[in-house]
Amino acid sequence: MNHVGDALLLARIQFAFTVSFHIIFPAISIGLASYLAVLEALWLRTGKVVYRELFFFWSKIFAVGFGMGVVSGVVMSYEFGANWAGFSQVAGAVTGPLLAYEVLTAFFLEAGFLGIMLFGWTRVGPRLHYLATLMVAVGTLISTFWILASNSWMQTPQGFALVDGKIVPVDWFKIIFNPSFPYRLMHMAIAAFIVAAMLVGACGAWHLLRGRRDEAVKKSFSMAMWMIVCVVPIQIAVGDAHGINTRKYQPAKIAAIEGLWETEKGGTSLNLVGWPDMQDEVTRYAVKIPHLGSLILTHSWDGEIQGLKDFAPRDRPDSTIVFWSFRIMVGMGFLMLFLGLLGLALRRGGRLYESRFLQRFALLMGPSGLIALLAGWVTTEAGRQPWVVYGVLRTADASSALSAQQVGTSLMIFVIVYFVVFGTGIYYMLKLMGKGPSLGDTTDTHGDDTGKGAARFDHRPLSRPTDPIDE
Amino acid sequence: MHIDLPMIWAAIIGLGVFLYVLLDGFDLGIGLLFPFFYGEGDREVMLNTVAPVWDGNETWMVLGGACLFAAFPVAYGTLLPAVYLPLIAMLCGLIFRGVAFEIRAKARRTQHLWELAFMLGSAMATFCQGVILGTLLQGIAIVDGRFAGTAFDWLSPFSLFCGLGLLATYATLGCTWLVMKTDGELQRRMRVMVKPLVLTLLLVIGAVSLWTVLGQQAVADRWFARHNFVFFAPVPILVLACVAGIVRFNTRGHDTLPFVLTQAILFLGYSGLLISIFPYIVPPSLTIWAASSPPSSQKFALVGVLIILPIILAYTGLAYWVFRGKVRHGDEGYH
Repeated sequence: MNHVGDALLLARIQFAFTVSFHIIFPAISIGLASYLAVLEALWLRTGKVVYRELFFFWSKIFAVGFGMGVVSGVVMSYEFGANWAGFSQVAGAVTGPLLAYEVLTAFFLEAGFLGIMLFGWTRVGPRLHYLATLMVAVGTLISTFWILASNSWMQTPQGFALVDGKIVPVDWFKIIFNPSFPYRLMHMAIAAFIVAAMLVGACGAWHLLRGRRDEAVKKSFSMAMWMIVCVVPIQIAVGDAHGINTRKYQPAKIAAIEGLWETEKGGTSLNLVGWPDMQDEVTRYAVKIPHLGSLILTHSWDGEIQGLKDFAPRDRPDSTIVFWSFRIMVGMGFLMLFLGLLGLALRRGGRLYESRFLQRFALLMGPSGLIALLAGWVTTEAGRQPWVVYGVLRTADASSALSAQQVGTSLMIFVIVYFVVFGTGIYYMLKLMGKGPSLGDTTDTHGDDTGKGAARFDHRPLSRPTDPIDE
Repeated sequence: MHIDLPMIWAAIIGLGVFLYVLLDGFDLGIGLLFPFFYGEGDREVMLNTVAPVWDGNETWMVLGGACLFAAFPVAYGTLLPAVYLPLIAMLCGLIFRGVAFEIRAKARRTQHLWELAFMLGSAMATFCQGVILGTLLQGIAIVDGRFAGTAFDWLSPFSLFCGLGLLATYATLGCTWLVMKTDGELQRRMRVMVKPLVLTLLLVIGAVSLWTVLGQQAVADRWFARHNFVFFAPVPILVLACVAGIVRFNTRGHDTLPFVLTQAILFLGYSGLLISIFPYIVPPSLTIWAASSPPSSQKFALVGVLIILPIILAYTGLAYWVFRGKVRHGDEGYH
């Protein structure tokens, strides 16, 4: 491989690494923000202390996740220019404004509502506080909206003109509401809800396993199990619709996901497992189920799906990667569904809080939401290759004229810094979760800082939890 | 009426960068002064003076990056690769220091490690910002709208000097900020440092000015062609007046004026830089018009900025107002 190729590959690894680390935190904050809004609504409606305790508890974890997301996001906002100058030059006219809107939304939130939500419990009335919580939840979804608009446009671009090799936006409505956007937005938002549900469920399971049976632990575990059993089926349906949309607009991606080389007549079978070999254009060790491919992707018995050989070798995404990343995502999805159904079944027998198998299973599934989310993003991003803006700009033409040494050095620095810094953040979140919601005899200040003297106007999310990190 | 969108955007980003330097400047400066104060209580007080506002200060950095991407993608895509390594180092410095700031307050046994990370992160971020500024001032090779230099074009005596110069600048800002925000023994010790710092700052400004005027014909022409100097002369004169003012008010025991005048020096220095490079956004060849995204992009993004920016400004002002006044030993922190 030549030097330009090395630098390109390193730049791709770097982007994948930084964005994967980053997305963990927003996904947690998006999901938890909505959970918090639900908890506060239940507290206001029922007046049961357990909802307030849970709100205080999860708002601390939300705060750390939010803070980490902002810090890791700083890198992203400079990486496009530094590593992907070609992309910035050609497509910046579209993605730049969309990202600017995302940043503005996030700041607007940070500027006001977040501070009230995290620190204003005793300063403002319950209605205003609830409004703030609601706005934070809605705001995280608006941020998602802009990022997903940008990403979806890169997947299914429209509403632009090419002038002197540069993309010029013509119709912003078309740009934002591009064909894959509604599916991707839904899929991502629900994924974030599931991420949070899995974490809440695992946290509850942990404390149940350790013998706690207080109302807060039971309630949160039960809420998570309800969420999982209700939302995972919806996610599967949305994912199915997303797949049909992808088949229409990015058929090469679908072929790579399926490890499908030939366009089969009279119904396409599904490769359940196998090992796609890009060199020999064949999927080895394939276990096939007849007609299932057509059934899933066209909702018909003999619908046609294009094989990878219909596309020139230089236009094919890496099937080995996306074949397996997709199966990891789907596998996680079905495990989640099983967890939800199991919870439902045990609930009927009144054993929801007593089944140690369910608790261990739920604990193990804690990170499954994040694993599925990352695997899904790998599928859609690696599946878009070799394009960065689908059909318009190749990834190879999008990078900056940097040497492999430069990109390699920065990658190394990022890996070290990220593991130290965000590793600490994740450790702290786990520590907070390990401590669990308070048992009523609360020593937690709930962020209202009684006895702290001066009126606080503090809005830094990371200053919300006050628990020590190294004791 | 013809609206010059690139000019509006240049003004917005110019304001954003200035606010960033002004605001994050003094809290980075606190990290730079940290090594000279090891008393347990002193460090606590120093951090508490910025605890409520530091992350708001840093948001200007993200906003600047996003706006540059939206409005001037060509500048964004040429400047950043040109300063690649200092940029990465700066971002890592900012990450480290930001997280260290927060974790320090929750750490017991490992507190000194986080303080070290806070100091080194602040110094690294500041030095790299100075190097990036120096690289921009000395000019960046651009061919066909792409960075056409090599990996170490940024490395020059001038850019390294700018890095050191910015350390002095932020340290001065941090020092006068702390004079304003503290009292008693800590304030007295800060006051002792003001004079040497501000004189160093004067030397730095003088050296950078001379260096650019002597080294770059375009800058010399801008300042001295025809009657230009008559118009621009107030800039250096006012800088001298501010320096004199800071030293004088500091010895007389004034609390706020040294900080205000340091900010004024920063404003003047910043104006001087803009005078030197305008209308280039990336000297010596890329003007704000050539670097612009299409009008449809600039218009679309401008709507959001014009709605949100005033809110952020108002909120920032409010936050500073709420937290006005001295911070003392034994005050409950904002951690």
